[in-house]
Amino acid sequence: MLPTTVLWAIFLLPLFSLVFIGLILRPFFNNYPKLSGYTIISCLTAALGLSIWVLTSSDQFPIGSTIEWAAVGDFKINLGFVADRLTAIMLIVVTGVSLLVQIYSQGYMRGDPGYHRYFAFMSLFTASMLGLVLASNLLLVYVFWEGVGLGSYLLIGFWFHKPSAAAAAKKAFIVTRFGDFGFLIGILILYFTAGTFNIAELNELAMLGVIGGTALTLAALGIFSGAVGKSAQFPLHTWLPDAMEGPTPVSSLIHAATMVAAGVYLVARTLPIFVSSETAIMFVAVIGGVTAIFAASMGLVMNDIKRVLAYSTISQLGYMMLGLGAVGVGIAQGELGEEFIWLAIAVGMFHLFTNAFFKCLLFLGAGSVSHASGGTFDMRLMGGLRKYMPWTFVTFLIGALSLSGIWPLAGFWSKDGIILRAWEYTPVLFWLAIITVFMTAFYMFRVVFMTFGGKYRGGEQSPGHGGHGHGEPHESPLVMVFPMVILALFAIGAGWAFWAGGAFEYLGGYAHGFFDVFTNVGEEPLPLISLTIALAGIMLAYAMYSARWISPEKVSQTFAPLYTLLSRKYYMDELYERIFVVRVLHRGLFYVIQTVDTYVVDGIVNGLANVTVLAGSGFRRLQTGQLQSYGLAIVLGILTIMLVWFVYK
Amino acid sequence: MSTESFPYLSVILFLPAAGAIVIGLLIKEARTARITAALFTFVAFALSLALFVMFDRGVGLQFVEKYVWIESLGARYYLGIDGLSLPMVILTTFLGFVVVFVSWKINIRVKEYFVWLLILETGILGVFLSLDFLLFFLFWEMELIPMYMLISIWGGGRRTYSATKFVIYTLFGSAFMLAGILALYFSTPGPEHTFSMVAIASGGAEWLTPVIPLASIFFLIFVAFAIKLPVVPLHTWLPDAHTDAPTAVSVMLAGVLLKMGAYGMIRLVAGFGDGGIVPGVAEDYATILVAFAVVSVLYGAAATMRQTDLKRMIAYSSVSHMGFVLLGIFALSQLSLTGATLQMFSHGLITGLLFALVGLIYDKTHQRQIPLLGGLAKQMPVITVVFSIAGLAALGLPTTIGFAAEFTVFVGSWGSTVVSSIQTYTVLAILGIVVGAGYILWMLERVFYREPKERYDGVGDASNMEKAYIFAFIALIMLFGIYPKLLLDVIGPLFSRWG
Repeated sequence: MLPTTVLWAIFLLPLFSLVFIGLILRPFFNNYPKLSGYTIISCLTAALGLSIWVLTSSDQFPIGSTIEWAAVGDFKINLGFVADRLTAIMLIVVTGVSLLVQIYSQGYMRGDPGYHRYFAFMSLFTASMLGLVLASNLLLVYVFWEGVGLGSYLLIGFWFHKPSAAAAAKKAFIVTRFGDFGFLIGILILYFTAGTFNIAELNELAMLGVIGGTALTLAALGIFSGAVGKSAQFPLHTWLPDAMEGPTPVSSLIHAATMVAAGVYLVARTLPIFVSSETAIMFVAVIGGVTAIFAASMGLVMNDIKRVLAYSTISQLGYMMLGLGAVGVGIAQGELGEEFIWLAIAVGMFHLFTNAFFKCLLFLGAGSVSHASGGTFDMRLMGGLRKYMPWTFVTFLIGALSLSGIWPLAGFWSKDGIILRAWEYTPVLFWLAIITVFMTAFYMFRVVFMTFGGKYRGGEQSPGHGGHGHGEPHESPLVMVFPMVILALFAIGAGWAFWAGGAFEYLGGYAHGFFDVFTNVGEEPLPLISLTIALAGIMLAYAMYSARWISPEKVSQTFAPLYTLLSRKYYMDELYERIFVVRVLHRGLFYVIQTVDTYVVDGIVNGLANVTVLAGSGFRRLQTGQLQSYGLAIVLGILTIMLVWFVYK
Repeated sequence: MSTESFPYLSVILFLPAAGAIVIGLLIKEARTARITAALFTFVAFALSLALFVMFDRGVGLQFVEKYVWIESLGARYYLGIDGLSLPMVILTTFLGFVVVFVSWKINIRVKEYFVWLLILETGILGVFLSLDFLLFFLFWEMELIPMYMLISIWGGGRRTYSATKFVIYTLFGSAFMLAGILALYFSTPGPEHTFSMVAIASGGAEWLTPVIPLASIFFLIFVAFAIKLPVVPLHTWLPDAHTDAPTAVSVMLAGVLLKMGAYGMIRLVAGFGDGGIVPGVAEDYATILVAFAVVSVLYGAAATMRQTDLKRMIAYSSVSHMGFVLLGIFALSQLSLTGATLQMFSHGLITGLLFALVGLIYDKTHQRQIPLLGGLAKQMPVITVVFSIAGLAALGLPTTIGFAAEFTVFVGSWGSTVVSSIQTYTVLAILGIVVGAGYILWMLERVFYREPKERYDGVGDASNMEKAYIFAFIALIMLFGIYPKLLLDVIGPLFSRWG
């Protein structure tokens, strides 16, 4: 029997870690930095254990409890936690990945003066993320949604003395807040059409058709706007590549595996609302498909290893949206029954599940190579690292193969699910997805060859972070390698139908047999096609960056305009920041308002005051106290009256 | 409520004034003056907390005291509190106590300073406690004198200009208000007219025989409140007064003085839960006033973006945040009015804290120009953390009272049945919190983050006393943010008539 207190405990454990580090360790044990790492690791180990308990108690779902948070008249807000299959899977992802990242951070962050602060922020983030996953109520989702945003802000800006980090943190918060603006409005619309914030009730009302029409479409689009911001979908994706300014384990946990997936999770959670509106669900699929290829195209040309991975993250999140959307479109158009909602969720969430492991792994690998080559992330300064850091190389390679969708690694299975559904319900988007497969394999192996192949190109000469500016690259310590090995195991196995790929069936999907890909070629050639395309991408990367049959420089010269367009990120940063924020708002609208305020609104006030003062001094001059002038005035007055009298008589 | 019970309200009301008298007449040393001020304001604060505990949730006016004051006019000394005034009284006594410590380093004309500061607190408390309109007006005007003195003597910058502007602007509004009050007085059934706000509010429109149209009375009084709130375009006194006032006065000004305007408006439209003091007018003009609210929110936020003086920036953000209060009031639903009241409390805490922090930074760096600050996180880590939390509360981050209040206003106004297409106005107002995130985070970046500057090395962080009071603010901001029910249960029932 699973008590509901377990759900609260999972959330409260990392929260306790935050409070303990913030109020006890930081003020009183500042000289024992290791303690904060141990605190969060023990709390998360416990939380992971409890999450496994939740996972295995699926026969009792849904299970939860609520408390009254606010009540004014008829308006009541009950906040609570609930667990179902979707929650259970996410709990495992969040606690598991977070735990591994914290272990890795022990090595990566060693010697950083902000060690306590780092683990306090990580605790805050993990607690908020778990709260978000467990929340039974849209308002509570929003609360933790902002909480994870705060965690992200604090951790991107962790090295706040770096102007680029400070700017990136601010950008992440503000861009996602644009999305949250829509989210909040979506919540309000839903509340006033359905009379509840409770997600399960909202879903049920949407499925029964009690709520619907334009209001529902607008509400769904509002929620999706929040998801677009948080999951860095087009056109609000610009913050994520900049977010790489944070420490690499942060990028790994927050900006690859968990928080950015929150948008996908939110759409999955409220999928019945989306499928009740064909417009809304089609929009999800289209944005997902477009984002997948759009982000991948920018990943092709980046030289910063973390940025390549960042664009890859955006692209993969697009896949997940596409997966949810494609099946959803099928349901919305009536081709599939409503019972297929769990299939849609399974398709999208399965990729979230596998991606969490191999994307986290790739980032940790990037951190490891940076650690070895003096703190740089520029791949042009790396090369040949295979020799120096075999563990990192092997695990990274596994991650790259998995991400590229090579059989039989995890990514193959989950990506295959999405592509198959796109083919069935949104054929146009299928083509975008299949081109993306090629791009993904290409840019990932471009990274592999540039980083690990060839000869070492010297790394960062000046001491980078933590002062690893010394000559020979070296393998990272065990505490960093260990989490990578565990994640590599998941990146291999998390997709197999016979093992953790049970995740897919757990959620309600139907998994392929292990060899069906090859034995059922006649009936379902798609997996084989996508596999071939991925291999082609790897071959091209090999030809350009390892064997050098084709010179990358020549390619970029031949397609110079395209290359510039991609490497300048389609000029979207310029459009948003230089043109919209600076020109249109700051030097435009806001400037006009400020000028009006100073010279017109306040000008009138001061003008009135001056007129009063002037008039006062004018009238004061009349009262001179000299009898002669009064006399003169009287005489003039009488004369005037007489004159008027005679004229009008 | 019997009048024989302990006169809590009178005691709270006159404790600061009594402190002022003690300091003025008996005390010689600056240090003793400070301690005396702290003592008197603390007892007032403690008593108001006792009121919070004893307050009977869901029941109307409590702790009423009623004595004849000017018999021939029918004016009374008439005090009482309900769900609207109680939070304001607590906020006032809390800030009144804290500003004593904020002012600890004042070293010119110390005795005189604390005398005025304490009189100011009594003046403000009087506004929130009075149930007789003439008494209310008396306190409303009384607050001007200490404000003028405090700004023009202990202020900075163009202090005389700002003090004068503040006083004249307020007096301008007061003239209209007095006319409105008198018109209302003569509209009550004669021959024995009354100033009792309670009687007028419960009487309703039929009970009155208006000497001039009720709408005119409404707007005569409203103008004074609109200046105080302030409503754009009547706001330009505020940035000047804030910027040039000494820190403690900015805290009081932002924290509670602005709330006098909002408080008056709520009494005007909702009275004591039984219909407005000037009944039936608000509904007719709600749409236009909600539009003004949205303009205040967005115009204020846009102007905030352009400010380079830290103090002035926070002053302008007040204009924007008080716009949410106006929106909540004139959306005229139970939830929106409750939200407006919560937002008043929330803004008082958050902006009060922000001004206190700006004061600390200025004390230590002698700099308020945002572009010239920067990297302070290294030199003043504690102030940075607290400033960041206050800033995040100001931009409405959940788990702070800022979110609880703004969200209640938004839900309340979205569901309003009085104003047509209120949803559009609400959406525009919500846009204000997006801009809010912009100016707050940009300011935090430019003041605290980026590379530390050598010239601020060794400026020092908050002292222990300073830490104590800024942490107290944070505790309250988080407490009511995580569990707003504590306040909502006090406020909400008052507006149950509006559904």
